Amino acid sequence: MELAIKKTETFTSTRNACKLCSPLGASLVFKGIEGCIPMIHGSQGCATYIRRYMISHYKEPVDIASSNFSEETTIYGGNKNFCTGIDNVRHMYNPAVIGIASTCLSETIGEDIPRLIREYAQLHEGEQIPVFIHASTPSYQGSHMDGFHETVLSAVASLANEGATSKQINIFSGFISPADIRYIKEICDDFGVEYMVFPDYSDTLDNPHWKDYQLIPEGGTPVAQIQNAANAIASIEFGTIMNKLVSTSKSSVAHTAGEWLEKHHSVPNTRMPLPIGIEASDVFFKTLETISGIPTPRHHARERGRLVDAYVDGHKYVFGKRAIVFGEEDMVLSMVAFLHEIGIETVLAGSGGESNSLKKEIDALTSGLYPNMIVMNNLDFETINEMVDELKPDIFIGNSKGYYIARRLKKPIVRIGFPIHDRFGAQRLHHIGYRGTQELFDRIVNALIEYKQEHSPVGYKYI
Amino acid sequence: MNAILKDRNSQIVRAGADTKTIACNKPSLAGAVSQRACVFCGSRVVLYPIADALHLIHGPIGCAAYTWDIRGAMSSGPEIHRMSFSTDLHEKDVVFGGEKKLEAALLELIDKYQPKAAFVYSTCIVGVIGDDIESICKKVQALKQIPVIPVHAPGFQGTKKDGYRAACEALEVLVGTGNRPAQEFSINILGDFNLAGELWILIDYYKRMGIHINATITGDGRVEDVANAHKAQLNVVQCSGSMMYLAKQMKEKYGIPFMKVSYFGIEDMSDALYEVATFFKSDDMLTKAKEIVRFEFARLMPELVKYKQALQGKKAAIYVGGSFKAISLIKALRLIGVQTVVVGSQTGTADEYEIIKQLCDEGTIIVDDSNPAELSAFVKETKADIFIGGVKERPIAYKIGLGFCDHNHERKEALAGYEGMLNFAKEIYATAMSPVWKFTK
Ligand code: SF4
Ligand code: SF4
Repeated sequence: MELAIKKTETFTSTRNACKLCSPLGASLVFKGIEGCIPMIHGSQGCATYIRRYMISHYKEPVDIASSNFSEETTIYGGNKNFCTGIDNVRHMYNPAVIGIASTCLSETIGEDIPRLIREYAQLHEGEQIPVFIHASTPSYQGSHMDGFHETVLSAVASLANEGATSKQINIFSGFISPADIRYIKEICDDFGVEYMVFPDYSDTLDNPHWKDYQLIPEGGTPVAQIQNAANAIASIEFGTIMNKLVSTSKSSVAHTAGEWLEKHHSVPNTRMPLPIGIEASDVFFKTLETISGIPTPRHHARERGRLVDAYVDGHKYVFGKRAIVFGEEDMVLSMVAFLHEIGIETVLAGSGGESNSLKKEIDALTSGLYPNMIVMNNLDFETINEMVDELKPDIFIGNSKGYYIARRLKKPIVRIGFPIHDRFGAQRLHHIGYRGTQELFDRIVNALIEYKQEHSPVGYKYI
Repeated sequence: MNAILKDRNSQIVRAGADTKTIACNKPSLAGAVSQRACVFCGSRVVLYPIADALHLIHGPIGCAAYTWDIRGAMSSGPEIHRMSFSTDLHEKDVVFGGEKKLEAALLELIDKYQPKAAFVYSTCIVGVIGDDIESICKKVQALKQIPVIPVHAPGFQGTKKDGYRAACEALEVLVGTGNRPAQEFSINILGDFNLAGELWILIDYYKRMGIHINATITGDGRVEDVANAHKAQLNVVQCSGSMMYLAKQMKEKYGIPFMKVSYFGIEDMSDALYEVATFFKSDDMLTKAKEIVRFEFARLMPELVKYKQALQGKKAAIYVGGSFKAISLIKALRLIGVQTVVVGSQTGTADEYEIIKQLCDEGTIIVDDSNPAELSAFVKETKADIFIGGVKERPIAYKIGLGFCDHNHERKEALAGYEGMLNFAKEIYATAMSPVWKFTK
């Protein structure tokens, strides 16, 4: 193990990155706002690549505008392109909201986007112009997850304002699937509480079939709810790592939307890991019970009961297996904790994120029971590839980019999170809560059973 | 809401109705949600299939992450090209410069992967922080004794087309450095990227005619072959948008003539064989080419007729990378009874758009550098049934109930050559005839 870690230290370059760039995260959040179109302030390629990457996962149209920097723009500034871009976007899409993310390029040449927005608004005084939200997302400062959380924070910080008290519960659910978001909404509906899930791309990135093309798909968190976030009775935040890297480097007062609301508007914030596994999901349901004073609806309690039943039925197939887990830090953290809960040992947990807190968080959630687990930040796939042989894993759990390693080792991989580019139905996968855990558990058990069956000389008919 | 922006009008014409020539080769309009990527993208897709070279992307992580194994360009041997290498610039590199990091990255990667050459792509950020890539490349080249070639590709310095040019310039550095004698009747195949193994289909035809393949640029490409490309007697260029520049340069420098061909559709594929035979003034080759065509024709036609009967009257929209390919597609579709009603490309040329205008039925919409708003409006207006495009167009088609055929980088079915024509027909048939459409009406 010593050896393996040394190997990675010698590489300056990133080889098959296990992370994406910051404006991708911003675009996701913007897609989760009602009536919003994202515009990336920078050159054309970034926007197109991000669109393509998201389209391949969600199998949905993902329109993201670009202000399309040219040589001239980079010398004289992006003012003209910004204004033309906004004009054109308004003309084609007539959006209620325009979400603007910066790129490495626009940040490096020092574009002052808030100023550009102000100037545009002055120029169009008297007109009804869209709401602007701006997130600063240079990728050299962080990965897509940093961009994601930064944008959630920016949206809330720029829109939330105090008004009449409300019963709204803010749920900042992090980077989960459209199906996960729909499930959270179902839970909240069943509790009968008023709530906001932000960002909510459950419709915009997983639309039903259309008769006519919708330039801005239906759905998304309504701006009114984000404004009302300041008056909510409580916030719940999924993820304990979030955007630590960027926010600490910017040394802002609040790192996340929940924290910001707590500081500025006294909305109590409960932060918890992504609720994957029974224990983690219990925390979420208990929190909802506490905030609302309503017991968990029977329907969900029964789902929990069935999950426990499934754990019992399946425990022997998974016990003692060795897993390699990779992806976004918060996802990896919760996955490791869930695997711990069912008796699977994670031998390597890795992420391209760079918060430097993954190890600490994993130790905390698993009571420090795995001193030998290799936990790595700023990790890339080739490093994993070079370490896996000696780790002798039984299963890989992570996004689809790790498939090639699992393939080389001829071991099963359970695809979770983002991106899943080589399978169908990624937008409909569940990960969180009792339902998501059930689905994950079934998939993991079956992957292991299938592996055993395929490698058995008998090809048995019963499990 | 309005699908077409005023400033985009000049890039849209209608066959028969419009006398104006289409405007093209322009930077994309700000805010227009172009389907194009960037200069870097253009250079990367062209050079990427060179399988024994190291492709190092100098910049922040995104540019490299989004292009990891992005094309289905197959290799018969090494596969270094399928890796995504990045200098992954961080804030301190942006502030203090990334040269040291680049040098260290190059050295370690060359040691580890033993490539035959290295391409170093500079992306947007590098274009503004002013790293001296040239000198780092020179230094590493001297140290490691392999060609280390900078590819100047900051995204903002033009369009995808300029990236093609940057790639050709990088190739030019290699061409002429080898000293391998070539056999008689040697050609280079330029502009086929061996997606889904298409190149191997073509090579087989040419070999059957007695032609020797000197270098394939860049499909299943090898550094050594590129280095010896100047030994061929003829450059056969497909996807003219990306490789024409190299062909012209090679003609100028080494006197190697070139011809433009397309391998899509029976007609164009057959021409590609005949023209090469004619070039070598060989009756024997021509006879063999005719044999191939006759044989393949006899094999294909009965099948195609079946598809044609089923597909007669269907309408298609085409939106692809280059306009040259679009021309072949229009003809191939016609062969199976499908009428083209919308044709567009990301980086077409005026000449080719003109040919398209002549080739298409009246009213066909021809568009340069389009976007989702326009494309969705066009297919609705023309009542297209099938869309032929790439990943980014697929959801536009599916979402409103059109069939779709992927004719882009990521296709998994070979669509070139005779076999490819059959696959193409099958795919169009499958997408048009699926019973699922009854639920979308
Ligand atoms: S940063 Fe520049 S080179 Fe990289 S993807 Fe964006 S536009 Fe292209
Ligand atoms: S320049 Fe930055 S924002 Fe653009 S693709 Fe590269 S990493 Fe992402």
